Amino acid sequence: MIHQYKDSVKKVDNEEKMSGMAIFTGDIKMDDAYFAIPVRSSISYGKLLKINVPNLPKDYSFISAKDIPGENVCNIIASDWPVFADKEVHYKGETIGIIVGPNKEKCLELAALVECEHKEFEPVFEMVNSYVHKEFKKGNPDKVFANAKKTFSESFSTGYQEQIYLEPQAMLMYLDGEKITIKASMQCPFYIKKAVVRVLNCSEDKVRVIQPAVGGAFGGKEHYPSLMAAQLAIAIVKIKKPLKMIFDRKEDITFTTKRHPSKTEITAYLDEKDNILGVKIHVGIDGGAYVGCSMVVLSRALIACNNTYTFENVHVIGDAYCTNKVPSAAFRGFGSPQSIFAMELFINHLADFLHVKPLDLRNKYLVKTGDITPTNGIYRDPIILKELMDKAMEMSDYKRKLAEYSKPGSNRGIGMSTFLHGCGFTGSGESTIINAQLKIKKDKNDIVTFYTSQVDFGQGNRTTLKRIVVDTLGIPEDHVIYDAPDTDITLSTGPTAASRTIIIVGGLAAKAARHLKEIWKDGEEQEIVEPYVGPDFIKWDEDTMQGDAYPGYAWGVNVVEVSFDPLTYEVNIEGCWSTYDVGHAIDERILMGQADGGLAQALGWAYLEKEEAENGMFKQKTLSDYVIPTMVDLPKMETALIDNPFPYGAFGAKGAGELTFAGGAPAFAIALEQAIKHKVHKIPATPEYIMEILENED
Amino acid sequence: MKISFILNKKNVEVDVSPSMRLLDVVRDVLGLTGTKEGCGEGECGACTVLVNDEPYNSCLTPIINVANKEVMTIEGFRETKSYRIIADAFASQGGSQCGFCTPGMILATYAVLKKNPHPSEEEARLALSGNLCRCTGYQAIVDAVMLAAKKGIEL
Repeated sequence: MIHQYKDSVKKVDNEEKMSGMAIFTGDIKMDDAYFAIPVRSSISYGKLLKINVPNLPKDYSFISAKDIPGENVCNIIASDWPVFADKEVHYKGETIGIIVGPNKEKCLELAALVECEHKEFEPVFEMVNSYVHKEFKKGNPDKVFANAKKTFSESFSTGYQEQIYLEPQAMLMYLDGEKITIKASMQCPFYIKKAVVRVLNCSEDKVRVIQPAVGGAFGGKEHYPSLMAAQLAIAIVKIKKPLKMIFDRKEDITFTTKRHPSKTEITAYLDEKDNILGVKIHVGIDGGAYVGCSMVVLSRALIACNNTYTFENVHVIGDAYCTNKVPSAAFRGFGSPQSIFAMELFINHLADFLHVKPLDLRNKYLVKTGDITPTNGIYRDPIILKELMDKAMEMSDYKRKLAEYSKPGSNRGIGMSTFLHGCGFTGSGESTIINAQLKIKKDKNDIVTFYTSQVDFGQGNRTTLKRIVVDTLGIPEDHVIYDAPDTDITLSTGPTAASRTIIIVGGLAAKAARHLKEIWKDGEEQEIVEPYVGPDFIKWDEDTMQGDAYPGYAWGVNVVEVSFDPLTYEVNIEGCWSTYDVGHAIDERILMGQADGGLAQALGWAYLEKEEAENGMFKQKTLSDYVIPTMVDLPKMETALIDNPFPYGAFGAKGAGELTFAGGAPAFAIALEQAIKHKVHKIPATPEYIMEILENED
Repeated sequence: MKISFILNKKNVEVDVSPSMRLLDVVRDVLGLTGTKEGCGEGECGACTVLVNDEPYNSCLTPIINVANKEVMTIEGFRETKSYRIIADAFASQGGSQCGFCTPGMILATYAVLKKNPHPSEEEARLALSGNLCRCTGYQAIVDAVMLAAKKGIEL
């Protein structure tokens, strides 16, 4: 079937991307640029006693911590990740310094000759040492749990996931007069700027970040480019030559940030009639050697850990663990897919334990409008989860298949997940940390220009944000100019993260455009700077994790059907059906792209993508051994959107980018359980893991 | 070593090592950056070019292997009517998101349709499975291929 999408406009970057004319960082011509090659730690944990640098030929330099004019800190959320390892190294592959010079092969050769003297310590690779601990309660769990008649406990784990944006990390830096100018594959231009200012201890006007085309990001280019920029900036003030650092796929997989592995333990407390009195949940995530953004990832994992269910008494505990491995960081979903996976499987398994139908148990505890969230906030949106479920079941012929596949001898299974995603930064972060400001101006010819720091790395927001302004002003599309971010021109509207671009920045753009329309005078220059003001019901205490965590939630349902080959233990995905409430979808075609793409990544995480760390180093280093879904691994995907306009976003839109990742893995795992007639507690569910389950339990 | 081949319908001669990757010749020597490097080992297809109308991973192809052959990169293909049909189909179905896989995907689509002008959806998926995309989940690309097949490319 060829789709006719409602309300979709031509994407502004379609032609440049299809014709090969879009200029990505690696395409920028700069023949005199020096190469920067990292020198990496060969040990996982130890004291760095001495760095022995070989004699360097003319034009080659070794740049390390001693060259840093400002703080040796990569400006992420926590300030614990050094730009260059100095006194200690904390993971294999940590950057000790960089060799810079005109010939790449020579740089590689010299980098391999740098040797470090260490005093080695015993590294820790397992999740045992917590460096971030969080805990919160709802209701009166201590008292209620003590009086429970029965309990049911289970534990679930999820693995690493590689980003595999098709364009690996890439950065180009040059001096424009005195100004350090950076073009890079990135998500957050102002994060990069701040990181450089901090490591150089320079003024803000000395650094400019310009966004070229970006070949995918998914969270992986939220923080890592800040580290690269800080490293290059130290070199550029010393050698005053343009620099480029372009990773090949192996370097990208081996040393850049990944999705946090997780282990979640859940106990349900039940009364004599099998009512769920409450749940106690512990979520552990493997943060790697440095905290970076792991405390925020942990927050999101914890806030989402009841998923789409309301329990009266809740005790939530979370730990991010320090391990001597590459730090984990942002990746689509930001911790919540891990805890949602656990809760979705748990509620199904609990239903089995109680001898009730999973669907009945879910419906009994399904979140309703006005319910109290686990952090004692309120679900304010009109919640249409039941409609979403009914539609998904109808599209997939769920009930018939569920009955048919439970017959003995069937090697098929069908699984359904429900899930939510809190849109925007957690808690009051939008008002207290980000403070977005959006500038919109009009020239004498009534041509409107507006600026944001949002990066379009494929999500289509260059098209959608522009459309919000065009439609609000009611003027022709070619009367509005909206270009990629340049920190010398745009004010910060915050990072391109947290599914905040449309709900927060889109809302801000609409508001700014409305204000411009109100004061509009033909033929006059006019300008407005619109600050973000959050809805006043958002009250959040980060220390106690209490209050309304998000301005709004987006909701979804995935149904996945699988077949299992009992001879090869291979699993095939036979069908995927999804329904979403993203408020009002401004552009249906763009939304469908998020829906299919997020689900595909989630299914990869669920059964194909295996990244194992052994002695602190990853075993899978290339696209030959780290396998992502190809076209034949995925079936036709069908998606329906149910309109449910959100009052605070632009044209009723909520966030969508991360939501579409949340439900694929649990829907897959539940389907797999039916096909293999055994419980699943871990992903990726590779043939080896399935063999383990079947052989151990038989 | 001097090596001649036809690039985008024009004769070119380069003076490079015969083992230099075709990818590096088109990008670094000839300055055509529409061909992308996604993995450098023939797994992702971002570097797909056409050699005598067959899709090649240019990252695995030594330049000597295309001596005297016809090489088409996206820069040449975008001038053709077939490109217009395929690109319009990709646009209408949402087949391009970040765009890094897209030039390779479009050339691979042409090669598939040239061999099999009316593939089933399953055949299209199989034929394009050497081209990875991390953004779209492939559905929009498959829909675009089917639409381009329906419209009919110029063969």
